[in-house]
Amino acid sequence: MTSLGAADLVPVIPELFLATAGMALLMLGVFRGDGSTRFVSTLSVLSLAIAFLLLGLLPEGRTEAFAGMFVTDAFAVFVKSLVLLGSALTIVMSSAYIRSERMERFEFPVLVLFATLGMMMMVSANDLMSLYLGLELQSLALYVLAAFKRESTRATEAGLKYFVLGALSSGMLLYGCSLIYGFAGTTSFPLIAGLFAGGVEVSIGLIVGIVFLTAGLAFKVSAVPFHMWTPDVYEGAPTAVTAFFAVAPKIAALGLFVRAMIAPFGELADEWRQIIVLLSVASIALGAVAAIGQSNIKRLMAYSSIGHVGYALIGLAAGTQQGVRGVLIYLAIYLAMNVGAFAVILSMRVKNGMVERIEDLGGLAQSRPMMAAAMAIFMFSLAGIPPLAGFFAKFYVLAAAIDAGLYALAVIGVIGSVVGAYYYLRIIKIMYIDPQAEPLEKPMHRELGVVLTVSALFTLLFFAYPAPLLAGAEAAAASLLSP
Amino acid sequence: MIIGLSHYLTLAAILFTLGIFGIFLNRKNVIVILMSIELMLLAVNINLVSFSTFLNDLVGQVFALFVLTVAAGEAAIGLAILVVYFRTRGSIAVEDINLMKG
Repeated sequence: MTSLGAADLVPVIPELFLATAGMALLMLGVFRGDGSTRFVSTLSVLSLAIAFLLLGLLPEGRTEAFAGMFVTDAFAVFVKSLVLLGSALTIVMSSAYIRSERMERFEFPVLVLFATLGMMMMVSANDLMSLYLGLELQSLALYVLAAFKRESTRATEAGLKYFVLGALSSGMLLYGCSLIYGFAGTTSFPLIAGLFAGGVEVSIGLIVGIVFLTAGLAFKVSAVPFHMWTPDVYEGAPTAVTAFFAVAPKIAALGLFVRAMIAPFGELADEWRQIIVLLSVASIALGAVAAIGQSNIKRLMAYSSIGHVGYALIGLAAGTQQGVRGVLIYLAIYLAMNVGAFAVILSMRVKNGMVERIEDLGGLAQSRPMMAAAMAIFMFSLAGIPPLAGFFAKFYVLAAAIDAGLYALAVIGVIGSVVGAYYYLRIIKIMYIDPQAEPLEKPMHRELGVVLTVSALFTLLFFAYPAPLLAGAEAAAASLLSP
Repeated sequence: MIIGLSHYLTLAAILFTLGIFGIFLNRKNVIVILMSIELMLLAVNINLVSFSTFLNDLVGQVFALFVLTVAAGEAAIGLAILVVYFRTRGSIAVEDINLMKG
């Protein structure tokens, strides 16, 4: 066993900083009480920004820490940047919401911080143990966040459902890990990958382990048939928390999914591809069909996110560098679209409080033309209509699927996208054609307005200057597939 | 009879299945669900420890210790959410968890 030197900790610096900052802010909150929530929120966003900077300052290339259990490469840095961005934007967007909903407690930003730390750990996992610990650090914080509005029956019910199904999925994932450990003899991703390098026969126990691991991860990314918690949790949780759930944890879980499939089991792609294809097709189909009948916009966003996970999984099913690049581009664009859409949902407030029925958006085009235009951009983009960003997201994963010979999957993806367009366009129709509902309260909170504008501009103008994102995703995918 | 690896694996598989069925078939009480979750995690621990013994490799036992630790934290958070839920709803019967369909 080698001793732990300070130099070994370099790849972990952003996480170490975030952990320290989280604990310090917890102490600060305890000593200064709930009155300090805004202060703690500001400092949390600042900590996330500093972690983002530290991430950029890390040495390039692949570096490992903790005896190879933790790895930092371009893939991890790319996904972590998205996660940090998503978390920081959530805290910014939620500050007004938690104040008006009387859930302004300093634990909120701190929990987001700890969940983000867990996500960063899992994206960098290079061992089944660090995978599990990162995933649990994230999940435990998220269970609490879902039930954060503790006097609301719906929020606590959402928390309870999320906890039970999340713990079930952790159990399945863990059972898969134990089988993989037993039949491979190691928990380290590179060592597991080394076992298959020669194209040897794979034991059935190992395959069962991979299936359980996939099922557990599919729960976390809410792919069909492991999606049943998603609509209920999205609907019941406070809207600010839903906005968080829809973005950062989903991106991190998909990043982890890609790494856990490609890094140790890349040689077995033919074995697990059929599982991923099944998950992907089922998610696309359910996401497109089940959202049609929804009247609650948060529930609709839940089904929408299930569908989008299906599209991202197309890239993983391809299993090629192009496919992984497609997933990463998808995640980045998904982040922008969802943050923007939730900025609109978070400002759906009438005199008596928050509203969340889709009809409440009626006539938005007359009362708030700019907001309606932004929402229309996000809906068109989520539906995948060119030249908005969402179209390119779908384009890159579908192109990867075609190059990998998955023609049926690509066709199903296109059909699902056409069917799914119906409910996105219905929202636009409600905003522009339907009679005026009770007008939303003005003005929109300033921070929400800024987030909304920036994400709308990104979604609208992505096609003009996509090069940096494409290059980043390309490098990240290359670092994962050929380390 | 010599007790081999397969016996331990079978035991763990049975316990794990019991845990899953406990979650899905139980219609009475949420506490039973929490117990089922613990059962699943302990089945995994049996797996890990027996693999660790038969592989002559310590990693499995370290993993089992981590799982124990996380399971304790998970149970604490689960019970806390359950208490909060009981305060607002006045019941922890599984069929009462139905405010949202699904």
